[in-house]
Amino acid sequence: MIPAAFDYVRANSVEDALRLLTEHGEDAKLLAGGHSLIPMMKLRLAAPAMLIDIAGIPQLDGITASGGGVTIGALTKHAALAASADLRKHAPALWDAANDLGDPQVRNRGTIGGASAHGDPSADYPAVLQALDATFTLAGKGGTRELRAAEFFLGMFETALGANEMLTRIAFDAAPNSAYVKFHHPASHYAVVGAAVALTLSGGKIASARVAITGIGDAAFRAGGVESALQGVNPNDAAAVKAACAGAARGVQARADTFASASYRSAMADVFAARAVAKAASAR
Amino acid sequence: MAFTTMVGARIRRREDPRLITGRATYVDDVRQVGTVYAAFVRSPYGHAKITSIDTAQAKSDPHVLAVYTGEDLHHAHNLKASLPVAHKMPDLKTPPHYVLALDEARVVGEAVAIVVADSPYTARDAAEKVVVEYEQLPAVVDIEKAAAGPPYVHESLGTNVAFTMPFSAGDPDKAFAEADVTIKQRIVNQRVAPVPIEPRSMVASYDAGMQQLTLYSATQIPHLLRTQLAIVLGLPENKIRVIAPEVGGGFGAKLNVYAEEVVVSWVAMQLERPVKYIETRSECFQAMIHGRDQIDDLEVAAKNDGTITALRLKITANMGAYHQLLTPVIPTLTMLMAHGCYKFENIAAEVVGVFTNTMSTDAYRGAGRPEATFFIERAIDMVAQRLKLDPVEVRRKNFIASDAFPHTTATGLTYDSGDYETTMDKALAIIDYAGLRKQQEELRKQGRYLGIGISTYVEVCGMGPSAAMPAAGWDSATIRVEPTGSITVLTGVSPHGQGQETTFAQIVADELGVPIDHVSVIHGDTDKVQYGVGTFGSRGTAVGGAALKLAIDTIQAKAVKIAAHQWEANPDDVEYRNGKMQVKGDPSKSMTTAEAGFLAFMGDKLPPGLEPGLDATRRFEPPNFVFPFGTHICVVEVDAQSGEVKFVKYLAVDDCGRLINPMIAEGQIHGGIAQGLSQALFEEVVYDGNGQLLTGTLMDYAIPHAEQVPHYELDHTVTPTTVNPLGIKGIGEAGTIGSTPAVANAVIDALAPFGVVHIDMPLKPEKLWAAMQAVPSNGSVR
Ligand SMILES: Cc1cc2nc3c(=O)[nH]c(=O)nc-3n(C[C@H](O)[C@H](O)[C@H](O)COP(=O)(O)OP(=O)(O)OC[C@H]3O[C@@H](n4cnc5c(N)ncnc54)[C@H](O)[C@@H]3O)c2cc1C
Repeated sequence: MIPAAFDYVRANSVEDALRLLTEHGEDAKLLAGGHSLIPMMKLRLAAPAMLIDIAGIPQLDGITASGGGVTIGALTKHAALAASADLRKHAPALWDAANDLGDPQVRNRGTIGGASAHGDPSADYPAVLQALDATFTLAGKGGTRELRAAEFFLGMFETALGANEMLTRIAFDAAPNSAYVKFHHPASHYAVVGAAVALTLSGGKIASARVAITGIGDAAFRAGGVESALQGVNPNDAAAVKAACAGAARGVQARADTFASASYRSAMADVFAARAVAKAASAR
Repeated sequence: MAFTTMVGARIRRREDPRLITGRATYVDDVRQVGTVYAAFVRSPYGHAKITSIDTAQAKSDPHVLAVYTGEDLHHAHNLKASLPVAHKMPDLKTPPHYVLALDEARVVGEAVAIVVADSPYTARDAAEKVVVEYEQLPAVVDIEKAAAGPPYVHESLGTNVAFTMPFSAGDPDKAFAEADVTIKQRIVNQRVAPVPIEPRSMVASYDAGMQQLTLYSATQIPHLLRTQLAIVLGLPENKIRVIAPEVGGGFGAKLNVYAEEVVVSWVAMQLERPVKYIETRSECFQAMIHGRDQIDDLEVAAKNDGTITALRLKITANMGAYHQLLTPVIPTLTMLMAHGCYKFENIAAEVVGVFTNTMSTDAYRGAGRPEATFFIERAIDMVAQRLKLDPVEVRRKNFIASDAFPHTTATGLTYDSGDYETTMDKALAIIDYAGLRKQQEELRKQGRYLGIGISTYVEVCGMGPSAAMPAAGWDSATIRVEPTGSITVLTGVSPHGQGQETTFAQIVADELGVPIDHVSVIHGDTDKVQYGVGTFGSRGTAVGGAALKLAIDTIQAKAVKIAAHQWEANPDDVEYRNGKMQVKGDPSKSMTTAEAGFLAFMGDKLPPGLEPGLDATRRFEPPNFVFPFGTHICVVEVDAQSGEVKFVKYLAVDDCGRLINPMIAEGQIHGGIAQGLSQALFEEVVYDGNGQLLTGTLMDYAIPHAEQVPHYELDHTVTPTTVNPLGIKGIGEAGTIGSTPAVANAVIDALAPFGVVHIDMPLKPEKLWAAMQAVPSNGSVR
């Protein structure tokens, strides 16, 4: 609960942040909301010598959401996402997750960029952003590059972000029939299992589905088998949805902790995927 | 009794404004000039030999004032004393428990060295520079393995068994031979962590001129701590002052004498500087005592009509690596309460205390009684399930009848009063028990699993008659009527959330006829307050309040003499009426306590032979414990797909006798239920086989958030006790004791269609889900 000594500097712009990152090298860390980084420092699991505070960079905070699509700045706070009526309408899966994440203090400080960049295997957004097939904009010294969500989340606390890169923006197409449901760990309230689903519907049937699961493996993943099995299924037919969601975590090496075994976690992937499908299909 | 307007009223807690506006002083808020900060180096191993400690690098840090190891204390400074354990057991094994590990560490988190530096940060950094070499030894965590043989936690003992205590009453063998049914069940009462919001906190300072040690500590027992510090440090007790300022939750875990309190005090004396130590949450999980941790092997003999005729019981209790203050006493309380509110006459029992390489267990809210209530209330439900009887009827059949009090139990307690059936019937009516059972039936047909759990508990508290306590059981109160009429109360109990600054003032306001704002209740400072035993065992009001009532009686008797002298009346003709004195039957003249106090201060208008001053110090030695009881009913629904538990309803009908402030009593019950249901569903301290703590942070160890607890519906009955002059029984622990079995019984009842008889706590979704993989009976669908 008492971190090692560190230095602190504020960045005023993306360029400034990138310059400072390069200047301080491996010992430096970007600081956004601090709600993942500072707990790690207090437990002395992380001991960066320099914190580059990006929380005050102006252009990176905000949500634009319409039928055309949704764009979110990396420094947008969970609370802003949770309070956005536009987000609720155009991407309810992300709205669900923002509302169900942490507690008011965490939501008022933590950012979508930090939550993504941290790569926590039990975090909520990695599943949601994969189900939404989001595009991540990464700024680096040589300019920016764009990555799809599935290319961004690589493993446990591991993302595609390079050492001197910064995440600036997350964008995706509107997904009005999307939802996120979560099995809370009773202590951390992170996801034991979290299932995000985005559907397109046609004639009362599922035309296409994207399903992503967090909390089980080393990183959130797309459940490809379930996605194809859901095609043509009536989302109100509970038995059919259940059958389609069977084996959602097949092939994934599930983790275990004192709360839930690997096999239980895998079984719950099916249950929560089915719940997310039903929720995504229901008008909200 | 002259209770009039304040007692029984929902007065808002006078403590709260300062607490909720950040104006309260906790230990960490105590700022003293020149303060330095301690950090402890702790064992990362469950069991290891300390082969060497190199402090040179830490000592060379310019921020560091001192580093001490166990070796330094023991040899260079001759501080060889062992931490105390209070007990009256003839053959208890009490291995030495040094304040810093000497040669060997026996539990993860055991303090090995102390580093003192100029800030908490530099102290923590320097602690990392102390190089300790360990040679790992085999650890033992499992209680049964430990009881059976080596490896030994204390090699010199040649055993891990700290004590065995057999007990027998009646003729259990005969009852078992004649039983219609017998049920055998192992019930594990898992280890839990108290997790007060404020961890252990202390700041010690030493005035070398006055040779006076002052320790601020977050403790429930300032005087007992002072006494023990005097013994362990070898100081005169009148040269030690212990202050418990605001304490942020205790739950029994601060009813102790911790190594850190001794070491920090000692270091303050060496350095002649204030030394502050506020432990981190991680340290709190490792090195603050834990609660529960028993294996209860139970056998029940019953008749076909549900009458339980005998119990056989083996309580195997985990002591941890060392005794703390009350470690071995806790499971003996379990045995004492093994019959609950039932008239069991034939009991064969054995308690075995076992050392393991884990943190010591000790008093945690309920302390030994929740374990008893848990297995008895589970046993009642198991008997009902086996005999296909309603669990309500099995309880009714076995209750000690309402007209059978006082009732002496097979284990030797005398329940002075009780009325279990009335309280249960009230609860059943409020919750519409019959309707709930019907609803359960209906929902089962739809593949939904409602569970209804009942717990009818009785507990022993108001600790207690000194003869039955490991140390003194009485408590004290002083009342001073100050010259200008305000009243100072000094109580020997040490409230830390129980609200006695309010309830004691309510009592005084009524009895002595003063506005409540004129009453100030002071506690928790051994230099201000006469010796008192402290707050634990639901004794604050039942014992401390009773002492207050005695002091009120003394004040009134003297005030009456003063008034009678003024009026040239016979003192026998003067009485208190509605808080004022008057001549019996003559309201024309009256005198207030404040007026009598002023006369007593002036000193020249007193009857001959009466000393000046109006104050009194009294002590109350309880003639018996008190026995609050109640019925808790919990309704849950268990999701068959996931095993998740959802609360549907929670009702508690408690009987703690007369209610001084119903709102405060309800607050105690709320908190108690939260902690009890949390044991049933969420909490579990887990060590791996090497003694590594796997649940060492709040990311792993679950205590409920607001949204994880149900709405509490509360009601009560009032069966007064004559054990104390207030007619009240403790309520601090009842909620915890009553709730755990109510929740567990509800969850297991929900799973009855799957043939489930018992599942050990915590009732995690995974366990329930696994049990629900069986094909349910009575044609229900999943
Ligand atoms: C009590 C508590 C409960 C929580 N519960 C949940 C939960 O239920 N579900 C959940 O998903 N999360 C939960 N979190 C985590 C929360 O979502 C954090 O806010 C989030 O993970 C980190 O965001 P941040 O802005 O605070 O990032 P920081 O902590 O500041 O940074 C995290 C990491 O990301 C890096 N970083 C930050 N921003 C950028 C950027 N723009 N570009 C590149 N790198 C960057 C930092 O260098 C650091 O390595 C919880 C946290 C706490 C403290």
